[in-house]
Amino acid sequence: MANPHRPFRHLEKSSNRDAMVANVIEVENLTKRYGDVLAVDGIGFVAEAGATVGLLGGNGAGKTTTIAMLLGLLLPTSGAIRVLGYDMLRDRFSALARMNFSSPYVSLPHRLSVRENLRVYGHLYNVRNIDARIAELSRELDLDALLDRPAGQLSAGQKTRVALAKSLINRPELLLLDEPTASLDPDTGDLVRTWLERYRAETGCAILLASHNMAEVERLCSHVLMLKQGRVVDRGSPRDLLNRYGRDDLEDVFLDIARDRRTSREPEPAA
Amino acid sequence: MTAAARRVWGLMYRHLALYRRSWPRLLELAYWPVLGMCIWGFTASFLMGRLGSGAAAAASALLGGVLLWEVCLRSQMGMAISFLEEMWSRNLGHVFVSPLRPWELVAALIAMSFIRMIVGVAPAVLLAWAFYAFNLFAMGPILILFFINLMIMGWWVALGVVSLILRHGAGAEPLAWSVLFGLAPFSAVFYPVSVLPAAVQPIALALPSAHVFEGMRGVLADGAIQWNHLLWAFGLNLIWLGAATLLFARQFRQARIRGALLSIGE
Repeated sequence: MANPHRPFRHLEKSSNRDAMVANVIEVENLTKRYGDVLAVDGIGFVAEAGATVGLLGGNGAGKTTTIAMLLGLLLPTSGAIRVLGYDMLRDRFSALARMNFSSPYVSLPHRLSVRENLRVYGHLYNVRNIDARIAELSRELDLDALLDRPAGQLSAGQKTRVALAKSLINRPELLLLDEPTASLDPDTGDLVRTWLERYRAETGCAILLASHNMAEVERLCSHVLMLKQGRVVDRGSPRDLLNRYGRDDLEDVFLDIARDRRTSREPEPAA
Repeated sequence: MTAAARRVWGLMYRHLALYRRSWPRLLELAYWPVLGMCIWGFTASFLMGRLGSGAAAAASALLGGVLLWEVCLRSQMGMAISFLEEMWSRNLGHVFVSPLRPWELVAALIAMSFIRMIVGVAPAVLLAWAFYAFNLFAMGPILILFFINLMIMGWWVALGVVSLILRHGAGAEPLAWSVLFGLAPFSAVFYPVSVLPAAVQPIALALPSAHVFEGMRGVLADGAIQWNHLLWAFGLNLIWLGAATLLFARQFRQARIRGALLSIGE
């Protein structure tokens, strides 16, 4: 489980994979440049097993770009990424088999039924006894009535639950979530958050969460990275950040940083 | 089943499930080949009626050309459209972050292309036999080699199209339907390469299809197998397939650099 007192240790080189498994994500001096635009500017962080790490920042801050690089969808301009001990630039498929991803902006084939979609991903992730796993997820996420319906005919909340089931099909050790509760009603949003909390507690899965929902981040995340213009401008537990900025909620901290009215009582840490 | 085979099957299952629940999609696979066979079948019948038995060889070459060209065309379209279906459903983001390797993606697309080609071309072959007394299989086992060469050509053309879609996004979509029609005049489907202007003949002879159709006409005319044309077809396919594979690998990497895998199809 995560060490709450040392959530983001500076990256240290490890000599073997076993030693690194405790650090599910290790990012060092990660940079992504598109022509003249610096989308991510030398960020570095470590996320330990069992931690829920929040990526916070305004539009264009570099959250999605960072997640895409962690998933191997996007090649960094420079820097190093290790996920579950694997170098994502050289051996990403070994890591991808043990992690998963969900985003409301990436769909599942909408003409296939929910069950068919889950079977497809069960095969892609080499899940043993797929139908039993689907039944298990269906029970836990209340999908029984949806399994034989086309994915395209579901409501936003139902699609989110199905996307969550897809992202859990391989019992991931690392879950990357890009705005998992965007456009959900409060009830469904709460259901998803509760489920994520339970899954993390039961399995020790690490979660990296990009979100604009400050209450969600405050509730779920043990650690937060504040991104602005591609740089990590602050980091710490939600409680640390609230104390540091003298605020009562993360939304005010977010606004302080976004509008450059920083009132942190401590020196800004190096990114 | 190995993990790699399961991943390939997973992607195939996604497409097969789509056909299982949509008979219009299944019907569409055979629609154009059957329509083409009807048109050319009646044309061949008309020619034979006017010119007598002397036109029988030409009619056979015409119908053989129609059917074998469909093998190439349906193989190419089957592979390219399977990729486009992933793109249209905005599912590529999930596919590319799964452990599916790029070569496994290509293998699944090839397998789907083969299935789509068989389902599409088989009714046209039956039609030619039932209504126009043209038995494609009368060519003998050599037909298998013709099929293989034309399928491989369809695959490398499709791989080129997929590479261009990775490079140019949705703007390159129309190539999935049109690109092979652009190669048809040089493929000498209905006429020998010698009919083409001298300046164009090297282009035709650089295409495996032209050698297959030269070989097909040889078999239909006097039953002689022209091995030199078959060897050229295999050799050229190897070269073009290698070039298309390199292009795909390069464009896939470029897409990862530019972030195109995130936004492809938008």
